Order: sequence, then structure tokens, then C-alpha cells
Amino acid sequence: MVEPNSLSRKLFHAANYSFMIALSLLCLLPFIHIWAISFSDSAAVNGGLVKLWPVDFNLDAYSYILGDSKFGSAFWISLQRTVLGTLINVLLCVLVAYPLSKESTHFPARSVYVWYFMMTMLIGGGLVPNYMAIKAYGLIDSLWALILPGAVSVYFIVLMLNFFRGLPRELEESAFVDGAGHWTILFKIYMPLSLPSIATISLFAMVGHWNAWFDGLLYLNRPENYPLQTFLQTIITQPDMSKLHDVSQMMNVTTRNVKTAQIFVGMLPILLVYPFLQRFFIKGIVVGSVKG
Amino acid sequence: MLRGDFDPPYTLQEGNDEMKSNRWKRNLPLHLMIIPGVILIFLFAYIPMGGIAMAFQKFIPNRGLFGSEWVGFANFVYMINMPDIYDVVRNTVLIAMSKIVLGQFVAIMAALLLNEMRNRKVVRTVQTLIYMPHFLSWVILGGILVDVLSTNGGIVNQLLGVFGIEPIFFLGSNSWFPITLIASDIWKEFGFSTIIYLAALTSINPSLYEAAYIDGANRWKQTLHITLPGIGPIVVLLALLSLGNVLNAGFEQVFMLYSPQVYRSGDIIDTMVYRIGFQDFQYGVSTAVNLFKSVISMVLILISYRLVYKIANYRIF
Repeated sequence: MVEPNSLSRKLFHAANYSFMIALSLLCLLPFIHIWAISFSDSAAVNGGLVKLWPVDFNLDAYSYILGDSKFGSAFWISLQRTVLGTLINVLLCVLVAYPLSKESTHFPARSVYVWYFMMTMLIGGGLVPNYMAIKAYGLIDSLWALILPGAVSVYFIVLMLNFFRGLPRELEESAFVDGAGHWTILFKIYMPLSLPSIATISLFAMVGHWNAWFDGLLYLNRPENYPLQTFLQTIITQPDMSKLHDVSQMMNVTTRNVKTAQIFVGMLPILLVYPFLQRFFIKGIVVGSVKG
Repeated sequence: MLRGDFDPPYTLQEGNDEMKSNRWKRNLPLHLMIIPGVILIFLFAYIPMGGIAMAFQKFIPNRGLFGSEWVGFANFVYMINMPDIYDVVRNTVLIAMSKIVLGQFVAIMAALLLNEMRNRKVVRTVQTLIYMPHFLSWVILGGILVDVLSTNGGIVNQLLGVFGIEPIFFLGSNSWFPITLIASDIWKEFGFSTIIYLAALTSINPSLYEAAYIDGANRWKQTLHITLPGIGPIVVLLALLSLGNVLNAGFEQVFMLYSPQVYRSGDIIDTMVYRIGFQDFQYGVSTAVNLFKSVISMVLILISYRLVYKIANYRIF
């Protein structure tokens, strides 16, 4: 469209660009700072010399982490949880979304099932009842306690179901005429056509599993079973730098660059998938919310 | 999702039974597909819902739900008599509302400003950076905040020191703690919230702007009379839907950042439920407090669905 090019317009643009760039830096700089500390010498860190670039570059913090078997095993547990949890999330989501995407005229039980799943979005048991149920099933201290309770996500199901509904009906009808059953239609026709949606949901699930930490704290009694984020949580909150003023200062300052290194490694997997996240998430968000 | 709940009017009465059994055979795979999901939801959603009964019990784990003593509304009476419950409810509503209102305001402003930028490369870079914190957990962001906000060499207080400002106890003082919570939550989420507003902005018909320009409306007038009304419906929609979150002040964030010295200003219902349940082991009271919150939230959610349908003609299901 026509752009007026007056002086005030130019001034506005200059101010706007500066402001938005400042806002982006506000989101970026804390991470750069943490990254710089993790690669700096602890003496420089303690002296408050590290700003946005490592001072006296060294890899002590990282070699410490590599030698720390607790960190390594927590990382491995997180990895297992993320891969297994995501696979189960996606498989169950597709299996539930397909029947629910049928019209009630063809699948009368559908409306009962829809209510059954939707109810769980309105009310839940709460912290203690959930814990007691997990305990009664004998899942305390098991990896399954982190995977099974969230295995069926109604939110994913709604996204997937809306996608299935957008597929042309003729696909299903002609497949039926050719003698295919529902299983064949789902796995041979619907799933290959919904790869973009499946990718979106997989990414949602992966980020969710990687980032989850509270369930670990709640359902796992032994710290050696903690996934990485729960492990980090216990490290970050226990010796609290901002509160314990002089008591354990010595201990804190020596661990500050180790802590930041751990934080940095903890966010690395997210940063690695971030380019994909940006592409798919945004599509998913817009489709999921703007649709009428 | 809930439309079309009737059978087609079959004209042939005698064919009905046979058709039904055919349909049953044909639909059997659909039931088989959905069964695993149904079982898991039953075990991990409906069974715990039954556990809500604990709210009316003096629940003792060894005796179980059926052996524990029923106490009627005693747990709720105990809740009302807790000295800090009023602080906690006030904190919850205050923090949650501030996050919703200010967060959406910042997001709308950022979306409007992004929309004015013409250089696609800069726009994309800005978006990449401001969306990022959304994808990181509160453990990571909490760890970063604890480090940068520390009074003991944290970079923020170092920077304030340059301007001669005394170190601020962002996470340890009752006057700063809620502000830190609200500001850091906005910092994490505002970028991501712009997505939806940007989508709404790009769907505004460009010919409206051209017509306004020809009529002599300047950029400001165009924003006021075209852009804002253009995104109005989505703003109203999101505002109504956020009604259900008025009691969700952000458990993970508060749990990561708070400490006993800021309970007065920063303790919220969810963290209190956790402490009563898993530090004091008063399972019944914890469940009761949580039930109190869920019931209010559920009512608010249902009201918001109703309003959304009436005002914006938008169906959730």
C-alpha cells in the first residue's frame, strides 16, 4: 500500500525499530550472560567481571559436569522420558482422534466418548488425589509415573481431530469401497496425510516432556531417578544465592559457573529444535485458535 | 464438536436391526482404537476425581479412601480459619490478574509495533528472539533469574549500582517479589502471545487502510479506527477465555522462586496446597483447599464459555 514518507513517519520508524530491538535484546541478553559465566574462570565470575563474553575462557564447569555421574544419568532419564513419552502421546492421540473425527450419524457412541474426554478438561482430582492414585498403582519411583498420567492429552486430540475432519470424505468412502477397514484407513491414508499435524503435536509433546520437572519431584522419591529438569530444580533452589547472604557464600561462588553451565546444557535440546518449533508451533497455535 | 447427535431417519423399519448390527461390526475397530485412551483417562483422571472425597475425610493413607474417617465439612472450616488463607487468595488473584491484564497489554502493543515494521528480516529476527523464553521451563528461567537478580554479584544489581541505586532484593522482599513474578512472567510469555494478535492483524483487509489514507486519515487515526477495531473481537475473546485463569497465578514459577520470607506477598493457592499436602501431610485439608479452587475455576470457565458463545458467537466444543 501507499506509504507516506514524512519526517514524523521516519522518526516513528527509527524509534520503533530501536524499541523493538531493545525488547529483543532483553529476551536475549540474560541467556548470553549465563552462557558467558559458564565459560568463564570462577575468579572472574566472583569478581563480577563477566558481562556478555567469557572472561578467562575455560571449560572447567563443563568438564565438571561431564564427570558428574548424577548429571549424566539425569540427562539420560530425561532423554528416555522424552522419546518414550512423545511416542506414546502421539500414538494415543491419533488413536483417539480418529474415531472422534467421525460423524455421530456413523458412530453413535461418539458423543458419549466426546463428553468422557472433555470432562477431564473441566475438573481434575488435584495434587493429593493424583499422588494417591499413582501410589496405589505402584508407579512411585518409576519412569512410567512421568509418562502415563499425561499420555492422553485432550488438547492434542482436539487439534488432531480438527485436522482429520478437514480431510476430504471421499478418501474414506473410496477406501471402504475398495474393502479397506478403519485400521487401514487410519494408518495407510490418514496418517501419511497428517504428517504436518503429527509433527506439530510431536514437538509440543517433546518440549512438554523435556521441560517437565514437578511430576518428577512429586512422584519420584529417590533423587537418582530424577529427570534433568527436576535435578536442576533441586540444585537451583537449595543453596539460594540471593537469600543466604554470608553463611554459605564460599560454597555458592565456587558453584556459580557450574550452575550456569548446567542451566545452559538443560536448555540446549530446546535450542536445537527451536527452528522447527518456531515453524510448526506457530502454525499450530494459529490453526488451533483462529478457526471458527 | 457436539453437533449431529442423531441417527438418520430410517424409512425401512424391518431393515433397522440388520443395519444396526452391520454398523456395529463396521464400527468395532473405532471402539478398539479408542479403548486404550479411555482406560488411561479412567485410571489417571476419573479415579483421582473419586479421590476428591478426601476433602471430606480425615484421610490416612494406610486406611485408604474407604477406611478413613468422614468429617463432613471440617476441612473447609479449618481452611477458613487458617490465618494466612486471605493473604493467599488475595495474592493469587492479584498476581494472576496482573499477569493476564498487563501481559495481554504488552503483547498487543508489541504486535502493533511489529506490524508497523517493514523490514522482513528484522521482523523475523525480533520474533525469533521474543518467542524463545516461552519454550523454556521455569526451572531454566528461574535459575537464570536467581543468578541475574542476586544481591550478591547479580548483573542487574551491578547495573543498578552504576546508577547509584542500592541493591534490590528482587526475590527476597515482599514489596518486590510480586513485581518480579509479574514482570518475569510477562517477559517469558509476551512474545508468544503476539502470535495470535499478529495473525489477527494480518487478516485485516488492506483496502480499508488505502481508503482511509485517501480520506486523509493519518497513521495514528488508521490505527485507532481500523487496526484496533480489527483486532477487537480476538482481544475480547481471549479476555473472556482468560477468566478461567483468575486463580492460576503460575505454580511452577512461584514454586521455583519463592521462599518463606516472601510468603506474605507471594504465596498462592497452588503452592499452599502443595505445602499442606506434602510438607504438613494434611491430605484432607490440602484436597479441600484444592477443591475450593477447582470449583470456583470451573464455574468461571463455564461462565466464560457461555459469554464467549453469547458475545463472540464462538463455540469451544
